Amino acid sequence: MSQTGALPISISGVTKTYGQVHALDNVDLEIKSGEFMTLLGPSGSGKTTLLMALAGFTRPDHGSIRFGDEEIILKPPHLRDVGMVFQSYALFPHMDVASNVGFPLKLRKVGRAEIDERVRKALGTVQLDGYGERRISQLSGGQKQRVALARAIVFNPRILLMDEPLSALDKKLREHMQIELRHLHEKLGMTTVYVTHDQREALTMSDRIAVINHGKLMQLDTPRTIYDQPANRFVADFLGESTFLQLEEKAGKLSFDGKPVKVRALPGGSNAPILVLRPERLVVTGEAAARDMNQFKAEVTDLVYQGDSSLMYARLADGTEVAVRAGTRTGAAIENVAVGDAISLGLHRDDTVVIRDE
Amino acid sequence: MSDAAARIAATDAATMLHGANAAELRASERGERRSLLGLTSPAVLLVLVIMVLPVGWLFYLSFIGSDGTFSMENYTRMLESKAYGRIFWTTFKVSFLTTGICIVIGYPLAYFLAQLPSRAANICMLAVLLPFWTSLLVRTYAWLVLLQRRGLINEWGMGLGLWGEPLPLVHNLNGTLIGMVHIMLPFLILPLYSSMKQISPDYLKAASNLGATPAQSFWQVFFPLSLPGLFAGSLIVFVLCLGFFVTPAVLGGGKVIMVSNQITNNIELFFNWGAASALGVVLLVLTLAILWGASKVLPLDNIIGGGH
Repeated sequence: MSQTGALPISISGVTKTYGQVHALDNVDLEIKSGEFMTLLGPSGSGKTTLLMALAGFTRPDHGSIRFGDEEIILKPPHLRDVGMVFQSYALFPHMDVASNVGFPLKLRKVGRAEIDERVRKALGTVQLDGYGERRISQLSGGQKQRVALARAIVFNPRILLMDEPLSALDKKLREHMQIELRHLHEKLGMTTVYVTHDQREALTMSDRIAVINHGKLMQLDTPRTIYDQPANRFVADFLGESTFLQLEEKAGKLSFDGKPVKVRALPGGSNAPILVLRPERLVVTGEAAARDMNQFKAEVTDLVYQGDSSLMYARLADGTEVAVRAGTRTGAAIENVAVGDAISLGLHRDDTVVIRDE
Repeated sequence: MSDAAARIAATDAATMLHGANAAELRASERGERRSLLGLTSPAVLLVLVIMVLPVGWLFYLSFIGSDGTFSMENYTRMLESKAYGRIFWTTFKVSFLTTGICIVIGYPLAYFLAQLPSRAANICMLAVLLPFWTSLLVRTYAWLVLLQRRGLINEWGMGLGLWGEPLPLVHNLNGTLIGMVHIMLPFLILPLYSSMKQISPDYLKAASNLGATPAQSFWQVFFPLSLPGLFAGSLIVFVLCLGFFVTPAVLGGGKVIMVSNQITNNIELFFNWGAASALGVVLLVLTLAILWGASKVLPLDNIIGGGH
C-alpha cells in the first residue's frame, strides 16, 4: 500500500503542558510510511494537540517529531508540506470551489493550465466533477467535506492529517464517507493521521489505533487487537460497551462465584484481575454448555428490542448487571426469555478478556 | 330561522368545509397583525413628527425665493456661484481624507484588537470607546488647546528640538483633519473589529497549512474576509463627515468651510432660510445617492444591520 511519496512519522518524548495540565505527556509514537493511523481518545485527551503539533500549530515544550529523516519540530506550518482536513473544513468563503482547491498550487507557483488540470482531477477523486464554479455557501456538509479533502490532497502531500473530519455529518453519510476515505487512502497511499473520538469510526478505518488519554498513549495496536485484547481498563471501557467483573485469584487460578473461569491469557502483575464482559460476546446457553465455555448464572432484569438486535440486561450472582446483545433472527435463544427468568450466560474462553486493575 | 341563526349555520358549513377551526385561526392571525401594528404606531408617529415633518418643511422652504414666492433661485445660485462649488469640494475632500486616515490608523488597530485575548481586547476597546463618552465640543476644544501655536504639542516639539518654528497645526485643514479623525475613528474600528472577530482562526491555519507565508495568509485570506467590515466602517465615517459641523468650525479657523458651516452662515449671517434649506436638501440627496451607489456594490445589509 505504501507509495514512494509517503513518509513515516516518528514522534518521541513529545510533551506539552498548559499551566498544570499535561496535554501531552512524553508521547512516543512511530507511524509507518503509508499507514492509516487513528488517534482515538475522549475530548481533552490530547489527541488534537498531538495532531496540531504535527501540523505545526502547537509547539511542544520538548520532544522530537520527524517526518522521514527530517526533524520538523521547529519548522513553521507553511513549510511542512502536510495536507490537513479541519473539523470546520475551513474552506475560504470568498473563493469558489476551484480557487479553494487550487489555492495550495497557486502558492507553489504552479502554472495556470496545470492548476486547472490538477484541480479538475482532485475534484474527480472526491467525486465532485463539475463543482469548480460553485460558491462554498452553496455546498452541503458532505460536499464541503469533499472539497476540504480535495484541497488537502491536490498538492500531493506525503502526509495527510485529519481532525474529526466527519463529525459534522449525519450518521448515514458519515458511515458512507468512512468507507470512501478508506478507499481513497488505499488509492493515494499517503501516511494518514486521523483524529476521532468515535471508537466505531476508528475501528472501521484504521490500520492501527493509538488510544490516548490524559496526554498519554494508552495502547497502540490494530483495531482487532485493541478491541479483543485491551491493555487496560481505560481502553476496555472506551471501546465497546464493557462491564467489569471482579474475579478472585488463587495460585494463578481465576474464579467467579466459586466457579473456575477459563481464560486464553492472564496478564502478569499482582493487581486484582478484572473480567471484561462485552454484550455481543455473551450468549444465552442451556444447562449443558460446550467445554470451552464459561458459564454464569443470571436473572433477566430487562429486555429491549432494538430492531437489528435485542439487548437483555441480567443480574449476576454478585449483583453486577451485564448487558447481552443478540441478533433478532427467529429462533434465537434470547427471543425465548422473559424478565425474571433464571438463565445461564455463556462466554467462550477465547472471548474471556482479563485485565489487571490499576 | 332568524338571520343570526342562518349566519351561524353558514359559518358552521364553511368551518366544516375548511376543517374545524380554519376561520378562527385566520381571525386570530389578523388580530395579531393588528395589535403588532398598534404597538409600533407610537414609534412611527414619533419619527413622523421629528424627522419627516421638519425635512419636508426644509424641502418646502428651499423652493421659496427672497420675494416669498415659489422660485428655483436657491438652487440656481448654487450652480452659478463658484463659492458653493468650493464648499462642496472642501466637504468631499475633508470627508475623503478623514476616511482615508481613519482606515490607515484604524485597520492596524482593529487587527491588533482582534488578535488579543478577549479580556485584553475588552480593556483596549474601552480605551477606544472612552472618548465617546466625552462631549464632542469638549474634545474639539481640547484639541484646540493642544494644537495651537503655544500649545502642548508645539512646545514639546520645539523643546525637544524636533522643529524650530511652531507648526501650523490648527485653524486650518490640518487641525480639522486631526480633530475629525479622532472623533470618527471609533466608527471605523467598531464594525471592522466585529467583522474581524468573525473570521475563524481556522481559515488562517488552513492557509498556513496549505503553504501560505504569514503575509500571504493575511493578504489572500484575512484581508479579503475583513473587507465587508472595512467598507461598512468607511461608509459610516464618510457619511458622518459629510454633515460634520463643530470640528471644522472650531479647528478650521474659518478656512475650512464645509456644507454644514455654510448652512449656519446662511442662517446666522444672512437670515436666508431658503438658501440654507437648499444646501441641506442637496447634501441629503448626495448622501442618499452615495449610500444607494454603495448598496449596489456592497452588501449594505451588513452596514445597516440587516443581519447576515
